[in-house]
Amino acid sequence: MDLKEKLISSFLAFENQVDTDTFIHNVRNEAIKMFEEKGFPTKKEEAWKYTSLNSVLKHDYSVFPTQENNVDYNEVKKYFIHDIDTFNVVFIDGKFASHLSQTTHDGIDVCLMSSALTKPKYRLIIENYFNKAATNDSLASLNTAFSSEGAYIHIPKNKLVQKPIQIINFSTGNETATMLQPRNLIVIDENSHVQIIERHQSLTDNPVLTNSVTEIFTNKRAIVDYYKIQNDRLNASLIDNTFIKQRQESVASVHTFAFGGKLVRNNLNFFQEGQRIDSTLKGITIIGDNQHVDHNTLVHHIEPNCESHQDYKGIFDESATGVFNGKIIVEKEAQKTNAFQANNNILISDKASINTKPQLEIFADDVKCSHGCTIGQLDESAMFYMRSRGIPEKEAKALLMYAFSNNVLNSVKIPEIKQRITKIIANKLGVNIGFDL
Amino acid sequence: MLKIENLHASIDDKAILRGINLEVKAGEVHAIMGPNGSGKSTLASVIAGKEDYEVTQGHIVFNNENIDELAAEERAHKGIFLSFQYPVEIPGVSVTNFMKTAINETRKAKGLEEMPAKDMLKLIREKSELLEIDRKFLSRSLNEGFSGGEKKRNEIFQMAMLEPQLAILDETDSGLDIDALRIVANGVNKLKNKDNAVIVITHYQRLLDYIVPDFVHVLHNGRIVKSGPKELAHELEEKGYDWIKDEVEA
Repeated sequence: MDLKEKLISSFLAFENQVDTDTFIHNVRNEAIKMFEEKGFPTKKEEAWKYTSLNSVLKHDYSVFPTQENNVDYNEVKKYFIHDIDTFNVVFIDGKFASHLSQTTHDGIDVCLMSSALTKPKYRLIIENYFNKAATNDSLASLNTAFSSEGAYIHIPKNKLVQKPIQIINFSTGNETATMLQPRNLIVIDENSHVQIIERHQSLTDNPVLTNSVTEIFTNKRAIVDYYKIQNDRLNASLIDNTFIKQRQESVASVHTFAFGGKLVRNNLNFFQEGQRIDSTLKGITIIGDNQHVDHNTLVHHIEPNCESHQDYKGIFDESATGVFNGKIIVEKEAQKTNAFQANNNILISDKASINTKPQLEIFADDVKCSHGCTIGQLDESAMFYMRSRGIPEKEAKALLMYAFSNNVLNSVKIPEIKQRITKIIANKLGVNIGFDL
Repeated sequence: MLKIENLHASIDDKAILRGINLEVKAGEVHAIMGPNGSGKSTLASVIAGKEDYEVTQGHIVFNNENIDELAAEERAHKGIFLSFQYPVEIPGVSVTNFMKTAINETRKAKGLEEMPAKDMLKLIREKSELLEIDRKFLSRSLNEGFSGGEKKRNEIFQMAMLEPQLAILDETDSGLDIDALRIVANGVNKLKNKDNAVIVITHYQRLLDYIVPDFVHVLHNGRIVKSGPKELAHELEEKGYDWIKDEVEA
């Protein structure tokens, strides 16, 4: 039985386990039908031309978690941004881990999707927002069909949330292979501001496949800064589907730091439904081995006077492969749009490769849109310059690569995240030099 | 300190240096002059260890050690410094961060601890004053958007920070106005002592009014064809290089 059949045949058992007497029952049933119809995407589809899921779909995954597993905080502390005060919503093998979490209902809701989907007091928000940003492509539909747990965050209007919120999904590897489908919903009302950090981390070398969906709604003048730290083990694969619906004058930024995992696909979608909206999509990808990272972005400019900024840097070593596919749609009504996109890549080895493709569909006539992509090697003259000052080859390389990705790091607003990413980069590049100062 | 014996070097099978012999002792200043294309910059790069050039014959000996096989960074650790004719722009790396990394990597290579941040800042302050460098300048990306003069001043600032035993100044005077030239030359002179040495590579005599050489060598067609005292530089300035070429070819 292949994974698709297994998922479809498991669906009834899954639905029986969770509460079926809710609004979401219908949503789930429609979603599983959609998935059944479409199946997993293949390389025949334009959007998946350079990413094959075959190697990650072949495992016999346990498809929905039943067992409660436990891990000790000290074992996993290093995966938290622990030097600052944060709210934490933490899951182990898809189940909420209360001892690792710090949730709240004090003025804001930082809690669990499972409660939000079942308790009447959340019903209005769920009906208004749940699955209202996610598209009905096969992977998002699959997640919707199995959606039961994840982070639920609702920030009412005029709140400046002081503490960043961390959403962390651990997998213990207690099953031989695990498939996880976390589902997050984040609603930020008028004038509110929140910062969120998301991470997926496997704790053993058993295969893990995560197909996550995060829906984010920024209402009028709301601000969200979202950071995705992807530094998982080489057995773990992630399909991240993030959908952001923005209302007028809201500001949303997503930084994706892709350093780890076997296969990572980031489907990042912005929908601008209002005027004077600002969207930022930035990323640093540093991979080696046989790793594969695919950034598939969409910015949909629907109304006038909005901006979007995309800046992705990629460094590929050994046999690593990368994909950047950046689509910008500017509707006819979306006059005075400013849309920028840049994708710069460095190939360190002859075996590494990157496929980069900007896709601009512009129907308005008074817009500023620019895009550019580069693929290059390390600058040899810069290497000699640095080495002639006593900086060894490896360190010189690392410094150049760090400098190359530095302008993405500079827009990170939480210093501790910047420090952490800098450390991960130094680690990844095998050097022990402090990049700051 | 430096002894170059019958050095031949080529790039892409094209011979550039065709038998250089040169000895530089501690405390000396040598000027290497010569027309364009004579091999001046190649000589500087080969001493510093640029891998694009292939040394086909001869040796470079530094402090009685053959350094032919050493990487550029290892030569730097031993005390060789090259001030570039065209300093490379490195966006995203600040002058301070660059110097901090260079100094600490050099210390690491010598088995020393990293320099404490406080000492580093003090050293930076001291040396930037010597070169009359604005503090703001130090947090800018290395050489990015620097004027010609700023780039050269920054090279000598790096030299001051690293305190090399042998400094090779490759066309450090090009692109400098008279004030910048004076600051740069003054910096070099202050760093000069009986234990170190300087090789000044220049096309013109101008810089040698400020950094006075003990010896002047004329490079032509990949060989040193004439050596003499500092007066030779004046002669070259007056008569140009043609008479040397004639003399050599005669």
